[in-house]
This record gives sequence, C-alpha cells and structure tokens, in this order.
Amino acid sequence: MSTLTMDGLKSGSRLERVLAEGHFAVTAELGPPKSADTAPIGVKAAHLSGNVDAVNITDNQTAIVRMSSIAAGLLALKEGIEPIIQITCRDRNRIAIQSDVLGAYALGIRNILCLTGDHQKFGNHPTSKNVFDMDSIQLIGMLACMRDQKRFACGEEIRNSKKAPVVEPRILIGGAENPFGDPLEFRAIRLAKKVEAGVDFIQTQCIYDMERFAEFMRQVRARGLHEKVKILAGLTPLKSVGMAKYMRDSVAGLSVPDSYIERMDKAADKPAEGIRICVEQIEALREIEGVAGVHIMAIEWEEKVAEIVKAAGLLPRPEPAAGPEVRT
Amino acid sequence: MITAVRKPFAEIAGMLEGSRKVLILGCGTCVTVCMAGGEKEVGILASTLRLANEKEGRRMDIVEATIERQCDREFFDTVRDKVAEADVVLSLACGVGVQFFGEVFPEKPVLPGLDTKFYGAAIAQGVWAERCSGCGTCVIADFGGVCPVTRCSKSLLNGPCGGSQKGKCEVDPVNIDCGWQLIYDRLKALGQLAKLEAVRPIKDWSSGSHGGPGKIVKEDAVL
Repeated sequence: MSTLTMDGLKSGSRLERVLAEGHFAVTAELGPPKSADTAPIGVKAAHLSGNVDAVNITDNQTAIVRMSSIAAGLLALKEGIEPIIQITCRDRNRIAIQSDVLGAYALGIRNILCLTGDHQKFGNHPTSKNVFDMDSIQLIGMLACMRDQKRFACGEEIRNSKKAPVVEPRILIGGAENPFGDPLEFRAIRLAKKVEAGVDFIQTQCIYDMERFAEFMRQVRARGLHEKVKILAGLTPLKSVGMAKYMRDSVAGLSVPDSYIERMDKAADKPAEGIRICVEQIEALREIEGVAGVHIMAIEWEEKVAEIVKAAGLLPRPEPAAGPEVRT
Repeated sequence: MITAVRKPFAEIAGMLEGSRKVLILGCGTCVTVCMAGGEKEVGILASTLRLANEKEGRRMDIVEATIERQCDREFFDTVRDKVAEADVVLSLACGVGVQFFGEVFPEKPVLPGLDTKFYGAAIAQGVWAERCSGCGTCVIADFGGVCPVTRCSKSLLNGPCGGSQKGKCEVDPVNIDCGWQLIYDRLKALGQLAKLEAVRPIKDWSSGSHGGPGKIVKEDAVL
C-alpha cells in the first residue's frame, strides 16, 4: 500500500481542492432510489456530472427508507460524480458509524456530511426506535478524531494490530446549519461549536430570506468563523407557487418572502421564474463575504442544475490541481 | 413519579377471558397520584368489569385491594390471603410493581392493567409530562436545570436541531416544547449562556439502561 501524499490537504477530495484554491464551489444533491433499482442514479448523475464539484448523497432523508448513501455514492462515483456521503445520527450508533466510515473510505469516498437526522416520526417507519447515540457536533468530532488523531472514539489507534500500519480514513468533514432555526441567537454559537469540533465545510438549509441570511453571516464574521470553515449557502429553486407556499408554511425553520411568492404567482412560466430567482440569489450570495459556494438542492429537478449553474456564470467548473494519489 | 395510564378496557377484558377469580390490585404511590392505578381506579375498573360480565353472562368473582407500594416486599403481607384465593391477579401498578409481584408470588399469574409511561411531573391538574429518562448520569447542572436527554426529542447535547420553531419541537409543535429553547432561555435568564459554548463529548450511556439491567447496592443499608 502506497503512502498518501497530502500536499497539505486533509482528504485530497475534489471539493477540498476547489475550495482550497479559492474557487466559488458548487454542490448539488442526489437522493438515492427507494428500491434496489440503480437506474435513477445514472440518470441523475448524468445531469450533474461536470456541472458541479461534488454531490450530496442523502441518508434516508425525512426518515424514508432508501438505498444506503454509501452504496448509492459508490454507484455515483462510477458515473463520474464526486460524492459527499451524508451520515445521520438517527439510525446508527458510534460502532456502526465508524465501521461505515472505514468502509466508505476504503471504497473511495472522500467527503462526509454529518447530520443529526430527521426524526423518524416524519418517515415511513414512524414506530421505529431511534438511536441518537451522539449529535451531529459529536459526529463531526468523531470523524476529526479518526482522521487527525488516527484513533477511534474509544481512543484505540486505527490499525489492525500493534505491528500493522495505522491506516486512518482521510475524510473532508462537512456539517449543516440552519441559519433560520430558533433560538436565532444560538445559530452562530452552534456553528462555532461545529468549527471547534473540526468541521471543514458547512452547507446551509435552503435560503429564501436573504436579509436574514445576511444577518446570520454578519454574526458568523463577527466570530471570525468564515475564516475557519468554508460556508456553502443552500438553495432550492422554486417550481411553483404551491411549492413556495409549502416551503413557507410547512417546513420548520424556513421563511419565504412574499416578494418571491408574488413573482411566482404572476409569472407565466413559473419554473423559469423559479430558476431566475435562484440565479439572482446566487449572484447576491457571491457578494456576501464568507460565502465560499452554493449548495443547490433541486429536489427531483436535477435536470435544471446545469441551467442554473450556467446562468449564474459558474460554468465550466474549475479543474483544480491534481489531488494526491489515491492509495491502492 | 412514575406515570402510567390504564390499558384500554377491551385489552384488559381480553387478558382476563376465562378467569374465574380475579384480584385487581392497586398501588398506593405513584400511580395513585397520577390517577391510573390507585384505590379509586381499582374500584372503577372492577365496577366496569362486573357490568360487562353481567351483560355478557360471564361468571367472574372480582376482588379489590390496594397496597401502599408494589415495589416493596413488606407491603404485600396484607393481601396474601386474597392473592391465594385468586386465579389471576391484575396489577394496576407500574411495570416495576407488576414484575415485583411476580417475584413475591412466583406461583401466581399476574397481568398488567396499566401501560407505564415515564418519569414525570404534574404540570397542571390532570396533566403529567416527562422530565427524566433515568440515563444514570445526571447532566442538568450544565443545562440550567433542564434535561436535554429527555426534553429534546433527539437527546441532543450540543444545541437545537433545525426543527426548533417558535419554541416548539417539530415532532409535535402543539404538545412538545423545544427542550433547547427551554435550556437557552433558562441559561440566558441565569446569565450562564457561556455554558453552551463548550463542545460536549459523546455521552457514556452505559450508566443507564444501555448497560444492561441496573442494580444499586447501598452498602450501609444492606443487612
């Protein structure tokens, strides 16, 4: 097994190299199929490949059973996508998560996003038992410990025996932040805790209320957090007035300004208006100090991501300097 | 206290199907206070059963009794005769009491008449709410006296998730307060918000139910 040359990078992932070179990063999302049929992964990957730097592979989002994020991520990787595997604390304890992190790394996964996870009440198995052995901040800390201390959460070194080499999973560690959740004053504190725990990049909940997000970023800059973590602003393009109202009324922590709802209402071509709003948001976000990129969550609308990225002037995606040799 | 609610009548009637002599045994402590399994509730259940039996032509002798506690051996002495005469005992104690009855009277079938819920407090007349999970290592000193393990639907120790909205938890915005909003407000009022800045490590769950069935031995009290 060859040694990994790190060039000062933590994981050497494409996303890490794009961010390290100071490019405005673009990530997207791919929900694994709800069956063992792999075809949707190929279809979605084809829409995203070459148009974004990396793609989140969700982990049973909204607590609905889907193909495992690691398996779907590996299939996406074969389709030319760099996956960001999402791991939630809802379904696995520290034993299972560390085991999966070793496995994911061995299979070529280089980015992991650490999440608390939606409560099982919202999914298709509401009578199940949850785990929550740890929270997302502790999960970030555990992955940082595995990578940087080269130790498991229990303190043991990551090696097969005393004589065997230490082979730790070198993962770029992501986290999420909802700038609009309550209590509002606590959001920047919580982000600071994620930074302290060792997070490398943050993707936010989807943003519609740009003023409130700008206020959040002011709090982030006041703490100097934007210099310690790469913040990718989350966006979800609106498809219809109904969707805009649903986002406003039914999704905890989201507020959609009336101006966007009015625009969607008046537009003849509503999807096109939704995309225009999204592109305007990207342009505004690029002006906010401390925003290192955007995370476009086009829910079951992956085919529009390329159009959005192109209209925002973010194509072609940069080719960062080659990363380290992946050990074989 | 330990809180409980009575099982649905149909379930109780189903469990007792075929029994001829039934002792309904109440418990005078926690479940009396939360109005689920005390003397009064024993009486109500016994009357309801008698009426149902009469209506459906079932023969069943129903005897009522309530003891101080079903989680202490000494209190069972007063009902030994009634237990001996019964085919089956329907205990209106919490899950602890039902099982302990079985340890005191291993030869006697015992059935649970209640569904045991949680450790709670009476937050209003007739309303009880969960406050403790018995995790074995109390952490509330650092959280303004509010337990994140119990009051947060996800037992988060480092702050709220994204589902906290206007002081409520998204799991049930009508009935559940966001535990982290409570913690935040309490610490703010106490001028101790700085306590929330420290990253709390992963909790040792082995001191609670995840370490297997627990046992406390107080050496100076052991005979």
